[in-house]
Amino acid sequence: MTIKLLPLALGAALGMAVTAASGATLDDVKAKGFVQCGVSQGLPGFSNPDSAGNWSGLDVDFCKAMAAAIFGDPSAAKYTPLSAKERFTALQSGEIDVLPRNTTWTMTRDTTLGLNFVGVNYYDGQGFMVRKALGVSSALELSGASICTNTGTTTELNVADYFRANNMPYEIVAFEKSDEVVQAYDSGRCDVYTTDASGLYAQRLKLTNPDDHMVLPEIISKEPLGPVVRQGDDQWFNVAKWTLFAMINAEELGVTKANVEDMKSSDNPAVKRLLGLEGSYGEAIGLSNDWALNLIKAVGNYGEVFDNNVGPDTPLGISRGLNALWSKGGIMYAPPIR
Amino acid sequence: MAVQEHSSADEPPRGSILNDPRVRSVFYQLVVVAIIVILGWEIVSNTMANLKRQEIASGFGFLENTAGFGIIQTLVHYTETSNYGRALLVGLLNTMLVAVIGVAMATIIGFIVGVGRLSSNWIIAKLAYLYVEILRNIPLLLQIFFWYFAVLRAVPSPRNSVTFLDSIFINNRGIYGPKALFGEGSVAIGIALLLAVAGSIVLHVWARKRQEATGQRFRSGLSALGMIIGLPVVAYFASGMPVSVEYPVLRGFNFVGGLQLTPEFVALVLALSIYTASFIAEIVRAGILAVSHGQTEAAGALGLRPGPTLRLVVIPQAMRVIIPPLTSQYLNLTKNSSLAVAIAYPDLVSVGGTVLNQTGQAIEIIGIWMFVYLSLSLITSAFMNWYNQRMALVER
Ligand SMILES: N[C@@H](CCC(=O)N[C@@H](CS)C(=O)NCC(=O)O)C(=O)O
Repeated sequence: MTIKLLPLALGAALGMAVTAASGATLDDVKAKGFVQCGVSQGLPGFSNPDSAGNWSGLDVDFCKAMAAAIFGDPSAAKYTPLSAKERFTALQSGEIDVLPRNTTWTMTRDTTLGLNFVGVNYYDGQGFMVRKALGVSSALELSGASICTNTGTTTELNVADYFRANNMPYEIVAFEKSDEVVQAYDSGRCDVYTTDASGLYAQRLKLTNPDDHMVLPEIISKEPLGPVVRQGDDQWFNVAKWTLFAMINAEELGVTKANVEDMKSSDNPAVKRLLGLEGSYGEAIGLSNDWALNLIKAVGNYGEVFDNNVGPDTPLGISRGLNALWSKGGIMYAPPIR
Repeated sequence: MAVQEHSSADEPPRGSILNDPRVRSVFYQLVVVAIIVILGWEIVSNTMANLKRQEIASGFGFLENTAGFGIIQTLVHYTETSNYGRALLVGLLNTMLVAVIGVAMATIIGFIVGVGRLSSNWIIAKLAYLYVEILRNIPLLLQIFFWYFAVLRAVPSPRNSVTFLDSIFINNRGIYGPKALFGEGSVAIGIALLLAVAGSIVLHVWARKRQEATGQRFRSGLSALGMIIGLPVVAYFASGMPVSVEYPVLRGFNFVGGLQLTPEFVALVLALSIYTASFIAEIVRAGILAVSHGQTEAAGALGLRPGPTLRLVVIPQAMRVIIPPLTSQYLNLTKNSSLAVAIAYPDLVSVGGTVLNQTGQAIEIIGIWMFVYLSLSLITSAFMNWYNQRMALVER
């Protein structure tokens, strides 16, 4: 909120003057001994703290993977919860090193904001949730509805586009914090709750009676969610990028958290390169050669991370869909390590 | 000895000029100014360089770009295709709307409660005391959340609205009421109203002059009221009844047409004015207590009843004590209105934050915020100072 935003933004002004002046994020991170990650303020499955303050989720696992790749220790990571609105300022000002926070890759963010998207760790799209009692079965029946959502998101822009394109009037009630969106929707302020489909499944769990609500079939946008770093530091960009690619390649090569030690004796050269037994790929990005081995040991491959956090056996119950490997009907794809 | 001492105090100190206190003080001040200038320059140039290196655009050109997001309450025409500058204007006007209405309501409630605290009626005095003690000790943000979330849950959905006279509807989408639509020829009504107001002022001035000169009283209030209501009504009929009323009707999800006050607006105004009123009440009480009791007794001796005594003798004198601290409360209310962002009321900070997030122009937006709040505060202070001078003791 304001109280938080102002110092943050002011910090941004000063931070831009001081912190960001040093280019080599990897050196800074190594010197301080941990990675500072910007995460959500609590989105089950993606980044969510438990009652003891331990963070977990798909985005958190990415952060742990980076910590493991750099330090060999997944716990060498600290988390800064950020609202959608605060997140870019926090990254630009150097308050955090990397932003894995269900953030959509868009051209503006990738260019004028001075940021770089590392890749995509979850292919998503925007959806609508309504009360079943409303008797609505399509988003095209939502003309005149009140819609609750988060400010500072692609969501509020997409909804404006969608309703304008379909010539439907609407009323947008945009909150800064997700908890307030959930509360306002739950208390009947809005007919509709809109955000990334994954977010709808996650936030639905916070409603008083989750079963009274349903997600409409329409997906109105592309939301490729991925981690973000500051523009202008290629080394750090590479570390983040290849952390993600290593997780995806590991799944493709069948390397898992459980079998990673055994896989060391594999004859497959691609596995050998991944695990640092051949070549010096880790050194090329400023890390040790067992970087990928360490990160797989810590969090597992992409498929495991997906299943543990948002998969069918979790409360979110999301199937792989687009996020399955390219070889298994999805579009999850990583350049090879060679 | 005595001679020597005398001469050493009169003559400039001998020896190095560096020991001259005047030279030293000028020197130190120059050093401080130089440090500040260098520091300031360093920050500005460093920031520019870093922004450039990070490839973050700077400047105010972004204000021309399309905003692309909707805003729930707009006092001027705004659509998703309007630009960021327009969006910020909408935010500014929303801030000013809340500030003006909040200040008016806080003043009214504050004066009533403040006078109530001094009431000789035990129940009224205790109620006013409780009001002040409870409301000024609960953080404002909690009060805003209370008025928003707690009240929101208690009101019905649009289909089950609480209805008054078939024209005012209260539900969890807001308060809906009839809206006047001014058709062609309505200008006449506006002109009539202006004339009536001007006439009332002239009448009031004349009545005062006459009372001062002759002691005869003329109740200008009633005639003014008659004029202000009567003239526009005459004009309304004369111009062929150009005003029509639009009633809100339930269509689909929600009411359409008529006048809508959103729950965000209502909650924010209520919270701000009720909270600030608790401080104003204490200021009013202190102001009244500061007027010596002799004044009341003197008024009584002249035959004034308690009502006119309060109105004509005590309050005008109390105002001199009340106005300066009242000004700070008005400034506080305006600045506190930025808590709006917590409940989705689109004020300047909320809309500005969205623009900041979308464009990444942190420094520019914060500059605009600071400039606007500073200006609003300075304007309020200037107005209150002017009013204070008018109320100040005039020696005759
Ligand atoms: N992907 C969108 C939306 C991201 C977003 O902020 N989503 C909300 C709703 S799912 C969220 O993460 N809330 C959790 C929080 O604020 O802690 C974007 O990048 O703009």
